[in-house]
Amino acid sequence: MDYEIVIGLEVHLQLNTKSKVFCGCSTDFGSAPNTQVCPVCLGFPGSLPVLNRRALELGAKVSIALNCQIAEKIRFDRKNYFYPDLPKGYQISQFDQPLAQHGKLSIIVGNSRGRSLQKIVDKTEKKIRIRRVHLEEDTGKLFHQKDSSLIDFNRCGIPLLEIVSEPDMNSPEEAYLYLTALKSILEYLDVSDCNMEEASLRCDANISLRKKADKKLGTKTEIKNMNSFKGVKAALEYETKRQMGLLEDGKRIIQETRLYNTEKGVTEPMRSKEEAHDYRYFPEPDLAPFNFEKSFLKSIEKNMPELPEHKKNRFIKDYQLSGYDAGIIVSDKNTADYFEKCASLYSNPKTIANWLIGDVFAYMKANNVSIKDLNLKESYLSGMLRMIDSGVITGKVAKTLLIEIIQTGKDPGKLIKEKGLEQISDVKLLEAATDQVIAENPKSAEDFKNGKDNAIMFLVGKVMQKTKGRADPNKVNEILRNKLKGDA
Amino acid sequence: MLNTLTAHELINLLSKGDILPIDICNSIINKIEKQEKSLNALAHFDKEKALERCKNLKESVNKGGLWGIPIFIKDNISVKDELTTCSSKILKGFKPPYNATVIEKLIDIGAVLMGKTNMDEFAFGSSTETSCYGPTRNPWDLERIPGGSSGGSAAAVAGDEAIFSLGSDTGGSIRQPASLSGVVGLKPTYGRVSRYGLIAFASSLDQIGPITKDVEDAAILLKAISGRDEMDSTSADIPVSDYVSNIKKGIKGLKIGIPKEYFIEGVDKEVKGSIKLAIEELEKLGAVCEDTSLPHTEYAVSVYYLVATAEASSNLARFDGVQYGMRSENITSIIDMYKKTRKEGFGDEAKRRIILGTFALSSGYYDAYYSKALKVRTLIKIDFDRAFEKFDAIVTPTSPTAAFKIGEKISDPLTMYLSDIFTISANLAGIPGISIPCGFTKNNLPIGLQILGKPFDEETILRIAWNYEQNTEWHKRKPGS
Repeated sequence: MDYEIVIGLEVHLQLNTKSKVFCGCSTDFGSAPNTQVCPVCLGFPGSLPVLNRRALELGAKVSIALNCQIAEKIRFDRKNYFYPDLPKGYQISQFDQPLAQHGKLSIIVGNSRGRSLQKIVDKTEKKIRIRRVHLEEDTGKLFHQKDSSLIDFNRCGIPLLEIVSEPDMNSPEEAYLYLTALKSILEYLDVSDCNMEEASLRCDANISLRKKADKKLGTKTEIKNMNSFKGVKAALEYETKRQMGLLEDGKRIIQETRLYNTEKGVTEPMRSKEEAHDYRYFPEPDLAPFNFEKSFLKSIEKNMPELPEHKKNRFIKDYQLSGYDAGIIVSDKNTADYFEKCASLYSNPKTIANWLIGDVFAYMKANNVSIKDLNLKESYLSGMLRMIDSGVITGKVAKTLLIEIIQTGKDPGKLIKEKGLEQISDVKLLEAATDQVIAENPKSAEDFKNGKDNAIMFLVGKVMQKTKGRADPNKVNEILRNKLKGDA
Repeated sequence: MLNTLTAHELINLLSKGDILPIDICNSIINKIEKQEKSLNALAHFDKEKALERCKNLKESVNKGGLWGIPIFIKDNISVKDELTTCSSKILKGFKPPYNATVIEKLIDIGAVLMGKTNMDEFAFGSSTETSCYGPTRNPWDLERIPGGSSGGSAAAVAGDEAIFSLGSDTGGSIRQPASLSGVVGLKPTYGRVSRYGLIAFASSLDQIGPITKDVEDAAILLKAISGRDEMDSTSADIPVSDYVSNIKKGIKGLKIGIPKEYFIEGVDKEVKGSIKLAIEELEKLGAVCEDTSLPHTEYAVSVYYLVATAEASSNLARFDGVQYGMRSENITSIIDMYKKTRKEGFGDEAKRRIILGTFALSSGYYDAYYSKALKVRTLIKIDFDRAFEKFDAIVTPTSPTAAFKIGEKISDPLTMYLSDIFTISANLAGIPGISIPCGFTKNNLPIGLQILGKPFDEETILRIAWNYEQNTEWHKRKPGS
């Protein structure tokens, strides 16, 4: 039977403010336990929260970037439950009046059609609706030991932004694309470290299946405990199979929270009796509601950075990049910045894009470095490209030169001189090399003479090999043709 | 007998150099040693520490403030490294790592912290009987309660163990004990005084305020603790006026409303009589008193016991045995720790209010109870807004009866709750109120007059109170005399 997968995601984002959301404690990651605490974030009796405006500002930035409607009135609520990492016995959050609602985020999905070998992939834009964005405080962290548990409250009170999507994703792949697109925006906004391993970004997924014709949503499960985007995708893939298996066997799905077991690659029911929580939300009386000042909001809007979607369109228009190339380059802000810097130094942006997406990305992937940490100055890359254009080096030499530049951090001009990599354009030298190659490959020479034009490429390749890639391939081609035609 | 004087009298003597702070301190200690056993007004008092603080007073502190004047603090206001337990077993041994803002302010102007006063557990009560330290007794009749929840603060002042004290008022907890103990008690406008460091009962209702021997002291102490505090976002950035000089203007022409809902059946005849006489006195002083109506008054107690308990149920969730205070022994799991700690740590009234508040906030009941209560709360506030369009102040009895006997109402919560019937509305509306002595029953028990004012207009109610006091002798009467 054909099933439709329905997925909604809840993302918890630690905002990178300097101090916590309701007190002045530092938010630095990795300090000794319980060193970044005060009576307020420890929930000591008599202490009171005071809102960090910066957290609100960052939350508003995200809301604007996600095309949300921002609330006129800012109000907080208490979410009441008992847990040792929650020192007040309630979390200050937002319930029925979140910071922002009704947003959307576009992802580019590929729809394949046709048979496997001649598969055509259509790239289309899909809008994922954002239900709500709200601000809340993080909890502490528990460390379970054999007979006891320890609590680190450093994380307690770090501002969290919860971004809840509508159940608009229809495959684990779409969920992955949504997270990637969201992360890209968040990085552009510079509001969070977006690091799933350090838990600065956390994601819970709701997933259900329904028959294609059904209007009603199926029973959902909530999946937690994924520590990477790929993990989210894998967990959802597993859960899809699990639910589908149950449905096909005529069994029912139980609404429950399940934890993803990364090692086994499966989801397992959470062994907790505390399922149906009654959080007894009510307005937080310690934080008086206030109106979002229009001027404050305007200044946030004014200072919004260019977002990936806009940048992509601009790159297509201003640099004549293909949609595909532009999409890849803007998906990471640092790469986009790198590209633009190069484009200001070198006149053919398309060539920059090719090198960036080709050799530079390949190096980064092979060596597991990010563009930020890559030892390749924009001026070196663009300088190298100029030297290809002016015939100082060949494109082939440039490929190895690029690696040399990255590894040594040296100026390409210097490296070319040191290693003698200049292109050979001296006709006499090239003629000597071609003569040698013709002599060594009589069959190919003969083939060409007999009208096999392709054979010339083999001979050019041989000359290039002999000159370690330094020969000007166009000139070699010309010389070879002249020589072989002359013989005929 | 320096302990029997008011703060402004002592400030005068200190400034003339007639006495030293240590003299006042010794006089207080003397009285405490003689009387405290029978009064039980104090939750924590360490004579040596009090003396040490007095000796360590810095000469440099501005002597124009409260330099050298001893003060007692209700046990729910945080004092750094000093026991602050809300008279609850669950906070046994708890010493806050910081000072409440009001404490910082008092220390800054040279006041000498003497100790903590007894109270109803977490301020849940109107008699100071729910304290884990046992009930405080009324200095006017040791068989009777002093009122509550700031009963210790009121009894200490009434019994001359304190010059003045700080209390907190969530539904009448300053004014009602002031009334029943024959002293002056003022609940400021919500937001007038920082709540930072006040262990919350109901965050949207709580205010710290002075309990004093006369109105001038109330003005002095209010001035000392008022003002915007960056640590409390519900504190208001509204200027604090110079109460002491401004209250001494006359009250001729001031319009005073007398709401009929405060003179209903159940109000003691003697109380009614005293209030009537007080109103006549105010008219003699030139005030224009007129009948008025606050039509939603009858709902105040119901609204209060939903809003206050709902907030309390959440505010008291932090007492879970994890970080501070009491933790039950022999626990087997985290849930077991919560259950046993809270079962053993909270008294009956605290448990009753936590259960009531939890219920009011529960899904399925929220709309019918908590949400509805908030709506009626708004109506009660509107009642006052309307009345204050016409009147400068409203005058009522503080409490329907004089002090009742220990044990008389403790087993009947509903009857107990009704003793706050006239004070609760001011907290729901956020307006200021003061209670001043206005007479005595035949049994020589004090009766209090409540004056309610416009938001942030403490000046007017203090002014009416001061003028009344200047023309009466009630405040001069001492217990046992």
